[in-house]
Amino acid sequence: MPHEITRLRVDRIACTGHGVCAELLPELVTLDEWGYPLVAENGVIPARLARAARRAVTGCPALALSLASGPATLRGSSEGAQIPSRAGSTRLRT
Amino acid sequence: MTPGRVRPGHATPPGEPGLPRLLPPAADLAADDTGLPPGLDLAAHLRRRGLPRFRGSALIEQAAAAGLTGRGGAAFSVARKLTAVAAGGRGIVVVANAAEGEPASSKDAALLWYAPHLVLDGLQAAAEAVGARTAYLGLHARREPRGLDLAAHLTAALASRAAAGTDRVAVELVETPPRFLAGEESALVAFINGGPARPADKARRVFERGIGGRPTLVQNVETLAHLALIARYGGEWFRTVGTADEPGSMLCTIRDPDGRVRIVEAALGTPLHRLLPLGDDVQAVLAGGYHGGWLHVADARRLTLSNADLRPAGAIVGAGVLAALPAAHCGLAETARVARSLALESAGQCGPCFNGLPAIASALAAVAQPRPAGRELADLHRWAGLVTGRGACHHPDGTVRFVASALEVFAAETALHARGGCSAIRRDQFLPLPAAPVTESDWR
Amino acid sequence: MGITSSTALWYASRATGVVALVLLTVVVLLGILVTRRGRLPGLPRFATASLHRSMSLLAVAFIAVHVITAIADPYVTIGIAAAVIPFTSAYKPLWLGLGAISLDIMIALIVTSLARARIGRRAWRAVHWLAYACWPTALLHGIWSSTDLQAGWLLALTIGCCVAVAAALCWRIASALTAPGRADRAARALAAAADDPARQDSSRQLTGTGAR
Repeated sequence: MPHEITRLRVDRIACTGHGVCAELLPELVTLDEWGYPLVAENGVIPARLARAARRAVTGCPALALSLASGPATLRGSSEGAQIPSRAGSTRLRT
Repeated sequence: MTPGRVRPGHATPPGEPGLPRLLPPAADLAADDTGLPPGLDLAAHLRRRGLPRFRGSALIEQAAAAGLTGRGGAAFSVARKLTAVAAGGRGIVVVANAAEGEPASSKDAALLWYAPHLVLDGLQAAAEAVGARTAYLGLHARREPRGLDLAAHLTAALASRAAAGTDRVAVELVETPPRFLAGEESALVAFINGGPARPADKARRVFERGIGGRPTLVQNVETLAHLALIARYGGEWFRTVGTADEPGSMLCTIRDPDGRVRIVEAALGTPLHRLLPLGDDVQAVLAGGYHGGWLHVADARRLTLSNADLRPAGAIVGAGVLAALPAAHCGLAETARVARSLALESAGQCGPCFNGLPAIASALAAVAQPRPAGRELADLHRWAGLVTGRGACHHPDGTVRFVASALEVFAAETALHARGGCSAIRRDQFLPLPAAPVTESDWR
Repeated sequence: MGITSSTALWYASRATGVVALVLLTVVVLLGILVTRRGRLPGLPRFATASLHRSMSLLAVAFIAVHVITAIADPYVTIGIAAAVIPFTSAYKPLWLGLGAISLDIMIALIVTSLARARIGRRAWRAVHWLAYACWPTALLHGIWSSTDLQAGWLLALTIGCCVAVAAALCWRIASALTAPGRADRAARALAAAADDPARQDSSRQLTGTGAR
């Protein structure tokens, strides 16, 4: 039975790598070596982090973050290409 | 683009009835006595093809029954797209996408040259199906003076249609900069809207808010050509070639080991060895273009032109680019050259892309040198994971697929390079590459 | 020192005006620092934007007192409407009008910032550019509405604020002029990767036909 979940979504064009999100929501967001956000778990926000996530969304100086609601069975918005298992050691992280 | 060398594939795979569908048989091209360039004779086109039977929502039904998917590379269901756009309401716009950004692909150019009226029929049919009153046809601006003047060709075709009164919706021709990403759906829409040809964030879906903020349908020109035929012969007819999951035919741009380029219309599911020569002089096959993947020639010999076969093997059907890499060339060097070009074709909007792709290209260039490797392979795998899915469009994803497949397929060559050797005899460039963009005006 | 009245309200208005000007200066400096992704020493990154926001709300609080006391003060005739409708004040209509303009912009900035998620990035940014008009109008209003800022340590303070904002603006403009545009970013990253000593001249060798 699909239930509603909230995801953290990054507008990759608006994002200029301020890094505020990684400070306000470290449980979900880390920064890559160029300063851009890596969102874990396909952006799914557990209830205990809902408040922090909202603060991160309003705190982003570039307004690049948003919260999107959807059914749990929806594949993440940043699913990207299907890198097949044969070319396998590339770990897919978003 | 390889304009001067484009020829229709009259050598359709033997034993395939009902092909070619899109391109006229070679014999017709020679027997043109109207003095018009090939494909322009509207009357001959209508005589040969007849008139459409299915229109409007009936056409959408037939497209659904046909299982027609986009032929621009993304393979999205056409019926679903038509339905979604048609629900948009007022001011709907249709765009025929011939901005063939893939450098190794020239099938759209061939189709527009030899069968413009089929494409334009499909554009009108799609416009009617979604209730559009405005239409555009986007193609790369001609940069080579000796190449095909598609813009003039299409202008002439549109003029003859206007004279005959066949078109309900006027079509505006738009020439985009010759960027790899100019054919990306949201990039083409952004360009027609007056901005640079750069992709937009996917939250703003083109089928809801596209040109001028209106619901917009963007379809590859080959898709529209198939739609024009479905409008005449129905969805069931479309499925008489191809496979159950991947029905129909598609145009392929085939690059033979001797460098010759052919446009061939093939049924999906055709074995690759019937489409291009896979003899002992071939080491690998690139399937799906520069966002596709490499295949060992041994694998290619047993695989078919289908996503069911190609995706598990690390490649895709994409827009039908198939290139047979001669054993005399270095697969790593070819991949590195392409990766560098793809990095420079980044729209420069998303950090992971404009940082990650150059890093990948640079590391790959090092691996392609016959010298001991440092951290490059580890770096490449790390960056591949970092870059996938973290751009606004699929440019980083596709590039990673291409590079990852090269590291897999040319693993033996990589090991040889690390010992200071290289098995290649030739150093010249096999795969075609465009001139890199330099200034902002190259995106406008 | 140019004090023209001794009522408490008039003093309160002038005092809160000075504090507001300093706060607005800090807000502008912090705002420019946010665009340059700068970090205040010892503070996390989010503090820059957070302080920018808190200081702007504090400035508005001081301006509210500044405006209310000025209106309430019987010595000068400033109607309520004159606080937001420019040039309608009976007392020094031009200079108070600039204050009204500044306040109008400030209200727009704050309202759009609070509703940022709802109005979208482009609308928010378009309004926020007005911030560069807000500070100078407030400054001119401050200098000419009374003679306070025209002499003594208040003049020194005013000059200090001007110098700070001018310097920050120069930095902002210089960064914008030297920042790589979208068309340059990948090429620059490629050049930087090629210059990486671990990679020597590998990418240069693969340009063009790659002839050895």
